[in-house]
Amino acid sequence: MSIADWTEADLGVPGRVLTVVRAPDPVLSAPSPLVDPADPEVVQLAADLVATMRVSPGCVGLAACQVGVAAHVFAVDVSRHPKTRTTHGTFVLCNAEVVEATRKEKGREGCMSVPDLTGDVKRATRLTVRGLLPGSGEELTVETDAFEARALQHEIDHCAGFLFLDRVAGAHAVFPRQTYL
Amino acid sequence: MEPVSLIAVTVIGHDRPGIIADATAGLAGLGLNLEDSTMTLLRGHFAMMLICSGDRSPGEVEEALAPLTADGRLQVSAAAVPDEDAADVLGRRPYVLTVHGGDRPGIVSAVTRVVAAAGGNITDLTTRLAGDLYVAVAEVDLPGDADADAVAGQLRDAGARLGVGVTLRPQETDVL
Ligand SMILES: [Zn+2]
Repeated sequence: MSIADWTEADLGVPGRVLTVVRAPDPVLSAPSPLVDPADPEVVQLAADLVATMRVSPGCVGLAACQVGVAAHVFAVDVSRHPKTRTTHGTFVLCNAEVVEATRKEKGREGCMSVPDLTGDVKRATRLTVRGLLPGSGEELTVETDAFEARALQHEIDHCAGFLFLDRVAGAHAVFPRQTYL
Repeated sequence: MEPVSLIAVTVIGHDRPGIIADATAGLAGLGLNLEDSTMTLLRGHFAMMLICSGDRSPGEVEEALAPLTADGRLQVSAAAVPDEDAADVLGRRPYVLTVHGGDRPGIVSAVTRVVAAAGGNITDLTTRLAGDLYVAVAEVDLPGDADADAVAGQLRDAGARLGVGVTLRPQETDVL
């Protein structure tokens, strides 16, 4: 199937909203083990990640370790973000890996697990990712660009135990998050 | 007192609009040239360091900047410094080091000790405490013959002993 046609309804289970953990929780700094995409627990986790992402303002992606679960799974949805060019809507990938990454550009990133800081990170703006759909286990290749590429690299980093802080461009590339009301 | 050619000035204390305008006007009034400067807010405190040049004494600089300290909430100091040769960076390679974890004493000293033992020189450092999260990002020049992977491993080990994550990666520079 095309990943753009996928919706969380395909999971067949309702998602629950989970609590997002924050650094320095150690679950965020350890690599997450690969999963069996057909495992009912993984399917439930996929639904929970989507549900939690949906209720979190401005959240465009969420990895399992961010809800305290060490599992190589993440959800992404950049469709409503202004920096998005290509978008595949809402989707969840298990055991995803970067196949090809080119044309790096610097951009400002934040993270729900690091709510008080942002940072400038260079990421590929042309990206090919391969991963498995939760449930069916179907292998999919996602080719994308711009902001969806950035979100995917950020989430795949989470699954490897890295935060955007581990990728910032230099000593002057970390900023307190400012809230101007 | 002999006039000096380079003066280091620090201004630190309560932040308000106009500190930089006032300080640089004071220096310009003495005919001093601003060379390198850096300014940031540290826990909300104004903090500026700069090097200026010209034939003036540190005492004259402090006197010119005295109005800044009038309300007792800003401290200004000036000191003569020698001319430094640019660091010999030939053959050295730039890296970025990130440390993040729970706040506890000794994180920065333990990690920077590993860098120093490898002959690495820290050229820039920012640390932030955000809630319970402590973050340090350093720019590090390693000697050309240093084994960066081995240094990264030693840094990870030092981090593991402190319960913090440490990453070392090459700094990417684009010349456009
Ligand atoms: Zn994140």
